[in-house]
Amino acid sequence: MIPELAHLALVIAFGVALVQSTLPLAGAARNDAGLIGLASSAAWAQFVLLTFSFGALVHLYMVSDFSILNVYQNSHDSKPMLYKITGTWGNHEGSLLLWVWVLTLFGAALAAFGKSMPATFKARVLAVQGMVTVAFIAFTLFTSNPFERLDPAPLEGTGLNPLLQDPGLAFHPPMLYIGYVGFSITFAFAVAALIEGRVDPSWARWIRPWVLIAWSSLTLGIALGSYWAYYELGWGGWWFWDPVENASFLPWLAGTALLHSIIVVEKRDSLKSWTILLAIFTFGFSLLGTFLVRSGVLTSVHAFAVDPDRGMFILLILAVALVGPLLLFAWRAPQMRASGAFQPISREGALIMNNLLLAAATGVVLLGTLYPLFLELVTGEKISVGPPFFNATFIPLMVPLLLILPIGTLLAWKRGDLRRSLRLMSLAAVAAIALALVAAFTDPRSTIVTALGFALAGWLFGGAVMDLLQRAGIGRSSWARLPARLVSLPGSAYAAAVAHTGVAVTVIGITASSAWQTEVITSMGYGDSQRVAGYNVTLAHVGPVQGPNWIANEGTFEVERDGRHIATLTSDRRHYPVEGTSTTEVGITSNLWRDVYVVIGEQTGDGLYVVRLYHNPLVVWIWLGTLLMAVAAVVSMADRRFRVGAPEPKRAKAAAAPAAPAPQAGS
Amino acid sequence: MTLRQLLRALLPALLLALATAATAAPNPDEILDDPALEARARALSAELRCVVCQNESIDDSGAPLARDMRRLVRERLVAGDSDAEVVDFLVARYGDFVRLRPPVRGSTLLLWASPLILVGLGGIGVWLYLRGRRDDQAAAPAPLSPEEQAALDRLLADRSRS
Repeated sequence: MIPELAHLALVIAFGVALVQSTLPLAGAARNDAGLIGLASSAAWAQFVLLTFSFGALVHLYMVSDFSILNVYQNSHDSKPMLYKITGTWGNHEGSLLLWVWVLTLFGAALAAFGKSMPATFKARVLAVQGMVTVAFIAFTLFTSNPFERLDPAPLEGTGLNPLLQDPGLAFHPPMLYIGYVGFSITFAFAVAALIEGRVDPSWARWIRPWVLIAWSSLTLGIALGSYWAYYELGWGGWWFWDPVENASFLPWLAGTALLHSIIVVEKRDSLKSWTILLAIFTFGFSLLGTFLVRSGVLTSVHAFAVDPDRGMFILLILAVALVGPLLLFAWRAPQMRASGAFQPISREGALIMNNLLLAAATGVVLLGTLYPLFLELVTGEKISVGPPFFNATFIPLMVPLLLILPIGTLLAWKRGDLRRSLRLMSLAAVAAIALALVAAFTDPRSTIVTALGFALAGWLFGGAVMDLLQRAGIGRSSWARLPARLVSLPGSAYAAAVAHTGVAVTVIGITASSAWQTEVITSMGYGDSQRVAGYNVTLAHVGPVQGPNWIANEGTFEVERDGRHIATLTSDRRHYPVEGTSTTEVGITSNLWRDVYVVIGEQTGDGLYVVRLYHNPLVVWIWLGTLLMAVAAVVSMADRRFRVGAPEPKRAKAAAAPAAPAPQAGS
Repeated sequence: MTLRQLLRALLPALLLALATAATAAPNPDEILDDPALEARARALSAELRCVVCQNESIDDSGAPLARDMRRLVRERLVAGDSDAEVVDFLVARYGDFVRLRPPVRGSTLLLWASPLILVGLGGIGVWLYLRGRRDDQAAAPAPLSPEEQAALDRLLADRSRS
């Protein structure tokens, strides 16, 4: 009964979404308060319906109802409860339902928190959001119904891929989805603005918290996936430029550009058309990512979702989501006159450079990901585009971006004083040189690239500090007042400094862990010791271990340094009998300065085990930096200016003066 | 995320490989005694694709074919081949598909030139835009209307209070 009700709820939600995507638009055009108000009610109704529907599916997984095809195919009674629950979205149908639920969650959040917006605009945003929901519920209902029954019901399920039975990967998809789907709201804002024909600083204020939350979640989602790869794949790698990784990286890059261009719209009423385009394309990349993963078109490792019909459906959604808004854009763009004039050397100018480089990087990653596909279609040639290509093209675009970044934050709006900014940056240059020297002398394996990586990090960190000091009025007011002024800086000032520090921290992590990694591949027996970068690792014991739904051969290692015991690590080779597959669990002891990482391999004939030992210096800094960026976005969201809501429309108009707001146009 | 292991778990052939071979390459018995040669072998392996795997280099893959390819690379190096000769040897066997760094030639020119093309086109766009912005600046903005001036004063007063 429950599955049927949940299915029915989904069908009703489809009808409600149809209403939400049409009537409020008509209401906004005719200024009909009843129809306008319908948008919020519909958004709430959908959220309630989808919460029921998705909750029901989670319930069916928890109780292992194998009369449901989807549960039968992806679950097993012996799984721990956590993985029964997370198994709900460990498959195509369930993850799609999660996607739709997050869509309605954002719709309801907008209905609840969008009070500062004019009612007509809010109705239009919700209507566009409703259209996205229509498309995705249709996709679910027509190609991927998670509630399909199986008769007769089997006694036992076929289990969940063991690699997904991991805390890191269990929560990686929901975070990614909040990011992907969060960009549907910013897409809706962009399209609604095109329908109204008006983009102004208050629009930027309304949209900004949504960009921040989507970007923050996507950042965390990608970081989580990358950390998972690091500890699960067993050789310490953390980013592989795999097409599926790139699929999540594309909206992140475009979203990062969007995050920065919105600031220009908000503060200077410029870059409007470009920002609208970015908002449309960021969501386009989210859809493209879904398409690439779900269609299996790239025959990537995620191809377990291969199904051409589904791929075509998403491609259709993608085409409509891009072509419609772009036509609207072509019609409206000429009306979006910018009002703020500025010199090339200015904060605006620096942010334009930021966008230019990020857009180029997005383009390069997109082309690199799709090029083998196109080339094979056009000429039949089969080529591979792998990490060597991306490293050779992506990094040269990031270096100038990061070099310009701190200088840009120190430039004034409208007309910057480059000399003054560079003078302030001389302190950051000292930090850069100091870090480069530290890097050069810490380890004999350091190369010029290592030193440059550290210098870049010092430059960024110094810049972030100078940014705060300058905002606090260093050199313009007395030193005694500096601490008080620092404390009273708005949250967004700290957010920017923390986010940019996060970039510096990640740069250090990447540089150090790739330059200074020590790898030892060897065979060990009981009691054998092996040195890796000053640590003494002893294989103490190997024996069978029984888990809830797996059996393993587990190696126990003692890690010592200078006779002092550091940690006892275990590394398993696990076998999951239900699924008939095996995984490797690595043993890691982590601190801020280094990871010691051990992996046990197969037994060689003579009672020895293949063992891989790694010493990865500063590797956690990679994820620490991304965490700082994600937290900074949340801090920025909590900034008073957004919390109190954007100004009333009338005042916004005045604030945007002397821009002549484009005439309100009904659709 | 990359689920190279997932692939192993999913493709039966690779599943078999997992049961018998190590998870990550290379194995102790493959490693060359000469550290300089071994370092070259590792660097080369990272640029060569395991042709039965999904987007995995032979240095990362535990598949039997990857092991064979690693052995091949080391055999050629020991025989005195240069890095380029080793790559050519493998390309002759497996085609350009084996190279994770695509060759630069007519059909990949667009790919390799893409950073320059994109930055170049974007740069022209930015230049045109900035020129337009400066023209705007030449024309003085219209003076504020009394209503706008009042709104501005109110905003500034708000700001100094916060």
